[in-house]
Amino acid sequence: MAAVTQTPEQFDLGAGPDSAGRFGKYGGRFVPEALMAALEELDAAYRVAIADPGFVAEYDYLQRTYTGRPNPVTDAKNLSEHAGGARILLKREDLNHTGSHKINNVLGQALLTKRMGKTRVIAETGAGQHGVATATAAALLDLECVIYMGEEDTVRQALNVARMQLLGATVVPVTAGSRTLKDAINEAMRDWVTNVDQTHYLLGTVAGPAPFPEMVRHFHAIIGREAREQTLELTGRLPDVVAACVGGGSNAIGIFHAFRNDPGVALYGFEAGGEGIESGRHAAKLSVGSAGVLHGARSYLLQDDEGQTIASHSISAGLDYPSVGPEHAWLRDTGKATYESVTDVEAMDAFALLSRTEGIIPAIESAHAIAGAIRVGKRLGPDALILVNLSGRGDKDVATAAKWFNLVDSATIDSTSEVVK
Amino acid sequence: MSHLAETFAAAKADGRAALIAYLPAGFPTPIDCVPVIAAMVENGVDAVEIGLPYSDPLMDGPVIQTAVDLALKAGIRIGDVMSNVGGVVGTGAPTLVMSYWNPIERYGVDRFASELAAVGGCGVITPDLTPEEAGPWIEATDEHGIDRVFLVAPSSSDERIETVAATCSGFVYAASTMGVTGARTSVSSSAPELVARVRQHTNLPVCVGLGVSTGSQAADVAEYADGVIVGSAFVKALLESPTPGEGAAAVAALAAELAAGVRGNRPAGVRS
Ligand SMILES: Cc1ncc(COP(=O)(O)O)c(C=O)c1O
Repeated sequence: MAAVTQTPEQFDLGAGPDSAGRFGKYGGRFVPEALMAALEELDAAYRVAIADPGFVAEYDYLQRTYTGRPNPVTDAKNLSEHAGGARILLKREDLNHTGSHKINNVLGQALLTKRMGKTRVIAETGAGQHGVATATAAALLDLECVIYMGEEDTVRQALNVARMQLLGATVVPVTAGSRTLKDAINEAMRDWVTNVDQTHYLLGTVAGPAPFPEMVRHFHAIIGREAREQTLELTGRLPDVVAACVGGGSNAIGIFHAFRNDPGVALYGFEAGGEGIESGRHAAKLSVGSAGVLHGARSYLLQDDEGQTIASHSISAGLDYPSVGPEHAWLRDTGKATYESVTDVEAMDAFALLSRTEGIIPAIESAHAIAGAIRVGKRLGPDALILVNLSGRGDKDVATAAKWFNLVDSATIDSTSEVVK
Repeated sequence: MSHLAETFAAAKADGRAALIAYLPAGFPTPIDCVPVIAAMVENGVDAVEIGLPYSDPLMDGPVIQTAVDLALKAGIRIGDVMSNVGGVVGTGAPTLVMSYWNPIERYGVDRFASELAAVGGCGVITPDLTPEEAGPWIEATDEHGIDRVFLVAPSSSDERIETVAATCSGFVYAASTMGVTGARTSVSSSAPELVARVRQHTNLPVCVGLGVSTGSQAADVAEYADGVIVGSAFVKALLESPTPGEGAAAVAALAAELAAGVRGNRPAGVRS
């Protein structure tokens, strides 16, 4: 086991947020006054709940018997030769019930909704994974559920729309703006401000106003706690690199957090480079964005010189978001984590490679992390140990991939998406 | 006394509430915005809010979203907002800007406040900024003599109302209901209680917005508030008019109806 040479005080990513919900200059609460009471109520309920052994036991019980935790770490031996010989370990969030890490946060917030006496949850979704997880928890805990999804995403993730409907949720396609995740969040906020008495906004990532970034991190931190222990058990040491894809940033924070006091571990986040940074069609806010306020928090943002949001682009609906959780902005500025971008092409190559070499079809979001790990592996060489968060499985992306790789004629795919729309 | 304060004082001396109208900058078209507002002012609008078109207007319902999209597609920038403000100031009505926070922060808080002051604008309403996050904005608005208006909502605790009211200048904006902008068939019953709670913490005028669209509703609100704010109803009238000329006539008629309303005169045959 690697020696930890610095004390937590010297190297503690867990320092934030402060009592105003800020990570350095990022975070905070930029919301209509009408929501302040709900955020204060949520903040208080969250802090009481996580200190209540009854709540913790109920959450852990569901995580064990429903999500299927702990999920394993897989030694991706065949992938290694494509990654400069580096050893690559995959944290298998794809094996969770509903197919991604999103369920960790959803179960926590859904139990909290019950505790607050609210009867309705709303959520935004991009890839549909958060929507599916929310619809699942709502079915389990008997909550009314409405999911907002950009119209463009309802087409590219049509199977997940059908899944949410099967689970009893109402899916509302959002036709405003760029018709993707950012617009779905706007619409969910409008619903929340109107129905806040009975409704909890079950935000799906570590973004938004305080306490969301901290609370969502709390519920996902299990990823890193398990993975750290599993890595030590399997290899006898800590990884040199922990890698994750970054949309809003929840799976990345979830795996990073347990390594916050391990100075020998480099944290890498991979955001969507879309058609390439030069093309302007990407979601690489941490690489080329600037500080700004969107959806309730100050963070990095794709925006023009007058603060208008610039629409993002990615083949992966879950990474197609112009901002990011405020803690990532802070980790970037302080150099405690490194962020790079991965293009659509690189991600799809990694998608195919992992499928063929390991027999694991990843979510296209997670394929960005795989591509990033391969790149870093080639840089570091065969002695490197890289832990990757495989945040989700690729079932939802089969239609997109089939089209990308010309596996079926596109007429078949189009008619499939028509049916489930 | 500021121009805005004089307007409220004059309305009070008349025994009525002030009528405040909202339109986005550059709407219905970049050249028609100021003339249309001039027609509204001629027909009884006392003060004007010019909306700064923003890509993510999460406090706005579909009507204002549509208008703001049109303004953005027409290429409206902050310089155009400032020149619209200057134009409306020329009508004699005190003129404020309504803006989401990010455009102001990105532009530079001091630059924004100073340019607004230079064109004669008197205040800024910021629907997604709370006093907790407003430090630099308070300094900049003080420095340039710009009123800063924050919102209170029916869900606000008395403690929060006290903080918000203490941070406001010009007036306090009371959101009549929990929700986004847009006409409603009735103005929420929570509004009178909210206004009464605000008055326990401030002597500033208290204006009510969200959902007011008719003369009769304006008359109801004027019974307990110092100002009645109308946005979506004007925007809707313009969106539904085939030409800017017809639009100007429609908003002029609506302004006249609302102006009668804030004087306690309800349209014939209507009782709320
Ligand atoms: C499998 C998967 N990974 C990652 C993401 C990106 O979200 P985050 O950055 O919050 O983990 C999503 C979002 O939909 C997802 O479905």
